[in-house]
Formats: sequence, structure tokens, C-alpha cells
Amino acid sequence: MRNESATQLITELSAPGRRAAIFPKADIPATQLDDLIPSQHRASSPPALPELAEGDVVRHFVNLSTKNMSVDTHFYPLGSCTMKYNPKRHERLASLPGLVDLHPYKQEDSIQGMLQILFECQQILGEIAGLPSVSLQPAAGAHGEFTALLVASAYFRDRGENRTKVLFPNSAHGTNPASAALAGFDCIQLNSGVDGLVDLEELKAHVDDKTAVFMITNPNTLGLFETDIGKVADILHEAGALLYIDGANMNAIMGRTRPGDFGGDMMHYNVHKTFTGPHGAGGPGSGPIAVRDYLADYLPGPVVSKTTDENGEPYYSLTTPPKTIGRIRSFFGNVSILLRGYCYLRTLGAEGVKAAADNAVLNANYLMARLKNAFDVPHGKLCMHEFVASASRIVKERGISAMDIAKRLLDKGFHAPTVYFPLVVSEAMMIEPTETESKETLDAFVDALITILEEEPETVKAAPWTTPVSRPDEVQAARKPILTAPEEQTTS
Amino acid sequence: MTDTTTLQYTKSHEWIQKQGDLVTIGITDFAVKQLTDLVYIDLPDVGRTLDAGETFGEVESVKAVSDLYAPIPGEVVEVNDSLADDLAALSDDPFGRGWMIKMKVADSAAGESMLDHTEYEKFCASEEH
Amino acid sequence: MKYCQFAQQYRVYNDNTEETTPESCNRLVMKDCTVRTCCPERDFKGDALAYLFNTPDQQQEMLQAIGVQSIDDLFEQIPQEFQLKSPLKIPAPLPEMELEREMRKLAARNTKDGGRVCMLGGGAYDHFIPAVVDEIVSRGEFYTAYTPYQAEASQGSLQAFFEYQTLISRLSGMDVSNASLYEGGTSVSEAAFMAMRVTGRHDRVVVLGSVHPEYREVLATYLHHLNCELVVIPTPEGSVDPGDVEQQLDEKTACLIIQHPNFFGCLEEVAELTALARKAGALSVVAFDPISVGVLNRPGDYGADIAVAEGQPLGIPLQYGGPLLGILSCRKEYVRKMPGRLIGQTVDKEGRRSFVLNLQAREQHIRRDKATSNICTNQGLLALRATVYLSLLGPQGLKEVAEACCQNAHYAVTELQQIDGVEVLFDRPFFKEFSLRFDGDVDLILRQVANAGFEIGPHFERFRNVDGGQFAGWENSLLVAMTEKRTKAEIDGLVKAVKNAVAGVQEMATSAAR
Repeated sequence: MRNESATQLITELSAPGRRAAIFPKADIPATQLDDLIPSQHRASSPPALPELAEGDVVRHFVNLSTKNMSVDTHFYPLGSCTMKYNPKRHERLASLPGLVDLHPYKQEDSIQGMLQILFECQQILGEIAGLPSVSLQPAAGAHGEFTALLVASAYFRDRGENRTKVLFPNSAHGTNPASAALAGFDCIQLNSGVDGLVDLEELKAHVDDKTAVFMITNPNTLGLFETDIGKVADILHEAGALLYIDGANMNAIMGRTRPGDFGGDMMHYNVHKTFTGPHGAGGPGSGPIAVRDYLADYLPGPVVSKTTDENGEPYYSLTTPPKTIGRIRSFFGNVSILLRGYCYLRTLGAEGVKAAADNAVLNANYLMARLKNAFDVPHGKLCMHEFVASASRIVKERGISAMDIAKRLLDKGFHAPTVYFPLVVSEAMMIEPTETESKETLDAFVDALITILEEEPETVKAAPWTTPVSRPDEVQAARKPILTAPEEQTTS
Repeated sequence: MTDTTTLQYTKSHEWIQKQGDLVTIGITDFAVKQLTDLVYIDLPDVGRTLDAGETFGEVESVKAVSDLYAPIPGEVVEVNDSLADDLAALSDDPFGRGWMIKMKVADSAAGESMLDHTEYEKFCASEEH
Repeated sequence: MKYCQFAQQYRVYNDNTEETTPESCNRLVMKDCTVRTCCPERDFKGDALAYLFNTPDQQQEMLQAIGVQSIDDLFEQIPQEFQLKSPLKIPAPLPEMELEREMRKLAARNTKDGGRVCMLGGGAYDHFIPAVVDEIVSRGEFYTAYTPYQAEASQGSLQAFFEYQTLISRLSGMDVSNASLYEGGTSVSEAAFMAMRVTGRHDRVVVLGSVHPEYREVLATYLHHLNCELVVIPTPEGSVDPGDVEQQLDEKTACLIIQHPNFFGCLEEVAELTALARKAGALSVVAFDPISVGVLNRPGDYGADIAVAEGQPLGIPLQYGGPLLGILSCRKEYVRKMPGRLIGQTVDKEGRRSFVLNLQAREQHIRRDKATSNICTNQGLLALRATVYLSLLGPQGLKEVAEACCQNAHYAVTELQQIDGVEVLFDRPFFKEFSLRFDGDVDLILRQVANAGFEIGPHFERFRNVDGGQFAGWENSLLVAMTEKRTKAEIDGLVKAVKNAVAGVQEMATSAAR
């Protein structure tokens, strides 16, 4: 039953004259397009899209879908990505009429239900962060980072301070320096301590009156809570700088501690990670930011405000903060993703949120405990929601790399962990099971990993064997990039 | 074969060969090996003037991009355009066919603080650990 | 009420909210909680349990294997002083059935009007979405997958995105397209940054005043902290006079940004404008309507260097403005300067065609502060929607949709401008939307038109603060958009509603004046 039927490209399935979506002519009095659009603007023919029947399209894409691993079909312990179960109820609820079909320029008084949801999102996310002022606008985590850095920039400018530097540890996500550069800051990378945590001396040596922000993921990308986070915050605050928390790993700590409580001044969420987005094979995300109250005036507009109308009923409206950094995207935000996050949080409540973090951390520690003999885990006795193992010893002993193991896992029916990140661990395998997995699944995953270490190295190095394709030639792809299909030949 | 012991080096792994006021610049075999499979190179146009330490191009592999820095100031007078289609030259013969640009330099003393062959080898050995 | 399950936290400094703290509950309980259903007292732990797997026994086994006593022990990494001592003050859990009831109630508050006919424009439109689009994107294999870093286990997404790149390139008439950006506004900014990289000019960006005001606001935000001058060329006549453009393009200009059809609905003399940019050594960036190319020339046809678009019309629901789809395509010589992901075709070890994330060395996870953009998560699922939509429409379907939009819009204008007190703001060729000026209080008119079942806009008043008041003088103006979904009956209905509303408002004004 091996499925080869989706190997053709959609363009190759095209047959001239075949039709799927057919639209009637407008029922208004007939007009000639030539009379409406000046000839210099008229296309001689429409774009060369493929010509297909509806059934072609369905079979093609459904067959394509079967060539993916996904959370719905496989254990997906991709570190830093929080591949948790995406509740089906969210899909139905976010698609309700009155939510899915609202035009962004509808009048406020006709969308009070939507604005109420978004207002409550602001409240709930502010509470979980311990940072009261929230912008729901950013489209993804990196967009949130950029937005928050602009907020910091505006705040310092307003205070007459010229702060040009953003610091981050060498274990940071690549988006941190990329966002800082985009926001016009100089990027300074700090070395982590041997324990994988922030090195306070290194930090002190670099923090000065030019430092605007220190960006840190907590728990960090090694899956460790920064135990000195209080001191880190003190060092920055004494120098007049701000502490930014990259919220990629909120799944470990929500309901247990809050960035605002441990000294963070601003943070972003990844709703598509922590609050079950879903990931959509690369998006859409949603990256709201939460900041301290004294930064609220700089947030991008609009935000949702609550007042009361003439009858004393709550009334929600869109407002622009007085010293706003300006718009960071068109329209309000990635609302449909926020709706899913809202449904998730309304489903869980405070205890559920904490239970999710608890079980995420339990699952990760259990996996780490079971794998510790087979793999080195260079940092930490315990971990938070994920840990980073190293295949360095295995490379030496058996000649197979983290990448080989990752590929072989696919054969065993598991998605691979994140490999070669963070950069501070060689042959890194970053494993994040999430809370929505059972002990049975974790045990099976451990068994698979241990089996791989016992297999013939050649078998592992040539893996995967059972996926729709084997390892693609990335060098050829990059040397002579083929980024689109060629136009169809009309003769066949 | 270029005698690599007569070249001068930078810690960012460029090499230069001086012939009067003409200087040939490339990157070392060590750099090429670190980058692994090269996929793309971007070099400047002839006529561009470069300051010492200025980026004059980049070389890209599947997993990394490396900026190319001019070790000394000068004007680009010749560019090895054939590299773009023959990246193998860079891995096969980095000190010969893999040269990247030739510059005319005003200051004949420029580059005196660069590493000599022994110093560079020592530096590479320390990088590997 | 002893224990309010809907206890919400409000900011303490908010004077509008009264707070009480009942003894049995350490949460703040708001008086206005009563506006929402308050649960009776009960012990519902929440459907968190529905998403968790480990039984209490298993948890014990796991703790034992780890070598700790309790889950609390695992959190000892967090210093005591920072550990939360009380539960989060967020609404209490709801079972699925009640959540659905609650969400339906909230959604219903947005449809109290019984579903008005949407003739709103301004970058998001009420186009028809074939059922197949929803069906395909609801496949869990697509929407619960991650970014396709493991190519062998992601050929489905990778091939679909390669097909997306192919179809978008054909739509824009450009050589290549990336695998998506966030939405139209940020795509314009990304294109401007890309133009700076390509031209090596970082000092000046020129944008037409007829580009969507929100896109221009985003651009201003993105450029504000850099030493880059943002020049806006006013378009008082609805579209730009190419003569006004030429003098603004100099040897420092990175790009000229054009929207076509523009924000006001008008067509621009695009071929002339792109030629002017080229003459100045700048790139031309064109934001186009992806539906319009069913009848209009494509950006590649008239010499654009970078084409961007809001992809929402391609099978994506309005969703109160997001998530939408940022389209960016360009000439192939700029490919290494592009922002965002690119999918490339290659072969696997057996020589089979396969797809991979390509040219990743441009991206943030490798190039970090020197990346071509900070974007990581993009709009994958929406790109899939667009791919399915375009596959269903084909060339003929796209043409039919575009023609119907265009014809409906022209019929509407013909009828609307016959009304006393209604005037077409700009006498220019247009595609599917147009700007009207009303004689009278527009808010009042809009309210009455809405009560009659039609929504038009956006009202230009909304943009009064954009770049120092370009919209001043247009307070009484707004946009109206027509799609293929509109019928003659609906358009006639709108015309009648506008006629009545304008007459009514004028009547009120006259009687008030007496």
C-alpha cells in the first residue's frame, strides 16, 4: 500500500480544459471588460495555473499529507518547539460564524464578542506572565521579540538615554540576534558558564550604560532554569537596562513561576507552542508580548480597552497607546490563533495550566533519567520541560552522529529531536516530549533510541530507509537552486 | 603549487600574497574545510576600494555563511569570476586556482602585522580544540 | 456567591473595577463577573486531564525512576522566592460542552446584525472559499506538523510549499517566491529591507501615498530607528503623477514602493513607474491584489523587481484580520537576498525527486544577526490554503472571479454615483474597489446603511493620523469593495440603503439648520 501517487507535482497533473471551481457570470447587466479597464493594464491571458478537476486536487493534497509526520500521527519530541496535542475543539470553535468571518474593519459596536475575547486574552496572558500590559499584535515569536525591542528603544529614547546594545547568551535562539539587528541594536553575544547557565561575571563585564536589553530564554535552551535569574535581573536593573524573557519555553513554568516575578520586564509568548496554536507545518504563529506597566504607553496599537457604555454595560474598544511605537502589521493580529489559545486556557484554568507544566517537566525528566546511561547529558541533574543530550561519545565510539540517529528514528516511527541546537553542545539532541504523551510512548521512544545504538552503524548512517524519500542532496539544492516547477510543455 | 610558507594570514583565515603593489587574496584550506560543502560565492566588482577589515564578499555552504574580509586597504583590480561556476577550485586548490581577488595597495608596508605561516598554523591548531 | 469560578484578574490600578476577596477564595472576584455565566460551586478539574496521559500510578513510577519524591521536587530548580504561592487568577476550567456554549454566545454577539453583506475593503475581502480548501487544511498531517526541518518526514509539506512557490511565481509573473511571510504590511517592509541589500543603498525609501496607510505605518515603524529617510509622495488625485515620482528618485534611493490596484482602488501607471525606478538604479516594489491578475497584467509583466501581496483573497477567511498571508516574489538574481524560507527541489540518494528547505544560510537560525530577516515561523498553513485555492481555480476560474469582481464594482459605482450627495472620489480606472465621498455625516450614514444590512468601508477617518494628515480633506470618504460573491440584488440593496441614508441625514441636517 506504499503511496507513490503524490510524487507528481500539481502542475504536472494539469490537463488543458479541465475545471474544478467554476464561477457564474455576474448577474448584473453585461459589460465589456475592455470598456472598464484600459488596454495597457489588461492581461492577454490569465496566469498559467494548473487545470484540474476537483477530485485531482483532493487526491493530490490528501496523498501529500500522508508524507508528513505530525503530532496527530507520531510522537514529535522536537526540542524548543513544544509539539503538544492540538485539541480538535479549537478548530471547530475558531471556525464559528461570528469569529472566522469578521472583516477587520467592522465597526466596534458590532464585534463586542470578539473584542471581549481579545480583551480577556490580554488579561490572561498578562496574569500568566506577571507582566500586566499586553499587545496581541505580533504574528509570531520573532515578531514579538522585534516589537518588544522597539518598545525598549522608544522607552529609552523617551528618557533621553542612548542605549545601543542588546546582549544575549550563546545558547540563544537565532531569532534573538536577528531581531535585535533588525531593531537597530548592536548584538553582543555572551559565553555561558560551564554549567550552561548565564555567567554572572561575563554578564557584569558587558553590561554598561549603553546596554538596552539582555535577552534570555528561561528555562534556557538547555532546558535549565536560570537559578541566578534574580541576580541577572539586578545586574541589569542597576545598570538601567531591561530584561527580556524569550517565552519559547513557557510550557515548563506556566502556573509555577512568572517572568514578571523573577525580574523580566518584557516577554513574548509563542501561542502556537505553549497554547496549542497549532504549528501548521511552519505557521501561522502568534507572538503576543507582555511588558511592565511603565512600558504600556509604548506598545503598538491597537490594544483592546474596556469601558462601560451608557447603560453601565461593559464596552470594548480599540485604542492606541499614547506614545506608541506605531503599527507593526496590518489589522489586529493573528486572531484565529489567539482564539485557539483562548479556548485552551479557558479549558484548562489555573490548575490545568499548572498541571500541563508539571507533566511536561515530569515527562522530560523521566526521558532524561532513562536515557542518561546511553547518552551524555552534559548539563543539569534535573531538567525542566526539555533536555539536551550529546551524541559526541557515540560519534567517537560508533561513528554515527546525532543526525544519523535522528534520521534512523524516523524509521522507528518517531519524529527526530532537534539536532545541532543549541550551538553550545556538540552533537546536540534536544528532546522535548511535552505533557501530552504517555509513559508508554516515552518508553517506546527510549527503546528505539537504545536499539539504534546497537544497530550496525552502516544501517544507521544510511537511514532513513522507510520514509517516502531518503536523505535529499542539500548541496545540489543550494548550488543550483530549483525553486519553482518549469512551465508545462503543451505537447505531451 | 603556491609556496604557502611565503604567504601572510589573518585570524579570519584569509591569505595574501604580495607582488609589489599587487596583492592576491584568498581563503585558506583550513577555512574551506571548516565550511564543508561550498555552494555559493559572492565577490566584489572590479574598481571597488576596500578598507582594512571591510567585507568584500561571502562564501556559503549548506549550513554556514562566512564573510570575506580585506586584510589590508586597496582597490580591487581583478576578480576570479570563474569561481562562481567552479567552487571545486576553492576546495581543490585554495592557494592557487582558488584565489578570489587582486588588489592594488598604496601602502607597501600594509599587512606587516599579519600572521606568518608558522603563526597561522599554530593559530589553526588552537582553533581545533 | 461564595466561590466564583470566573474570577478574573484585573490590573489593580484600574479604578473602574471593584474588588473583593472572599474568604474561601484567594482570587480576586470582580463584581462585573456577572456579565458572564458564573458557574455554581463545584469541583471541576478541567479538561487538562483530557489532554494528559499519565495516571497517578504512572506518575509515581516515573518519579521513582527519576529519583525524586514529588513533582514539586522537580521544580526546586526555581528559587523559592520566585515560585508562585497561589493559583493564577485566570478563569476556571470549562468542559468542552460548556466552552462551546460560551464561545457560541460570544460569537453570536458579533452576528447580532444577522450577518450583513460584507462590502468592506482595504486589503481584506469577502471572497468565496471552496469547501475543498477547508477540507485539505483540516488534515492533521498538515496542521499539526512542524516546520519541515526533517525533510524525509515532511515531504508532504515541502512539496506543497514548492508548489505554492511555483503558483505564486506564475501569479506574480516573477521568477521565484518565498514560502510566505506574515501578511501584506510586513511584506512591504521586508521588501524594502531586501531592496536595500540588493542595491547597497540604505538611506532612502520612496513610497506612494496611495499605498495602504497601514502598510505605510508599518514601514515607518520598521524604518524609524534606522538612518533611512522615508519619503511619501502624495496622491491627491487618487493615483500618482509619474512626474512627481521622477524627481524623488535619486542615487540614494533603495526602492520605489507602489500598490496596484492601489489603496483607493485606482490603477497606477505601473510600467512607467517601474521604468523610473530602474532608471534611478532603485528597485521597484509592487504590492498587488492576487485576484486582480485574472484580468490585469502581472507585476513581472510591467517590470517590477519585487512583488508583494496580501494573500488573504486566495482562500483565506477574514478572521478579523489574521492570520493572513504575506506573499513575496522577485527576480531570480536576488534570491540570496530574500527574507524567509525557500523550498528547493533536489534528489535523494536513489535519485528520486525530493524537496528540502533551501538556502537556509540566509536565515536567522544560521546567520543570526546578519540574517536577511528575523522571521522564523511563517504562515505555512495559509500558504497551503492559497495553493489549494489556486489549484482549484485554474486560469479560467481566476479569470472568472476577477471579471465578476470588476464588473460588480463598476455596476455599483454606476448606480451609486447617481445618488444625490454621493460622489466618486477619484475619476480613475479601478478594479474591484473604489472610493466614495458622502455629503453628510458619514458615521450616521454608515450606521443606517448597516441597519439596512450592508457594511461598507473602511471610513478614511480611521487613517486621519497617518503621515501627517494625507487623509485630511477626505473625512467624508470611504472605500467600497465588490467581490465575485456579490449579486445584483445585493448591490441594488446597497444603492437603495445608501440613497435612503444620505437623504435621511441631509434631511436631519436641513431640519436642524431650520
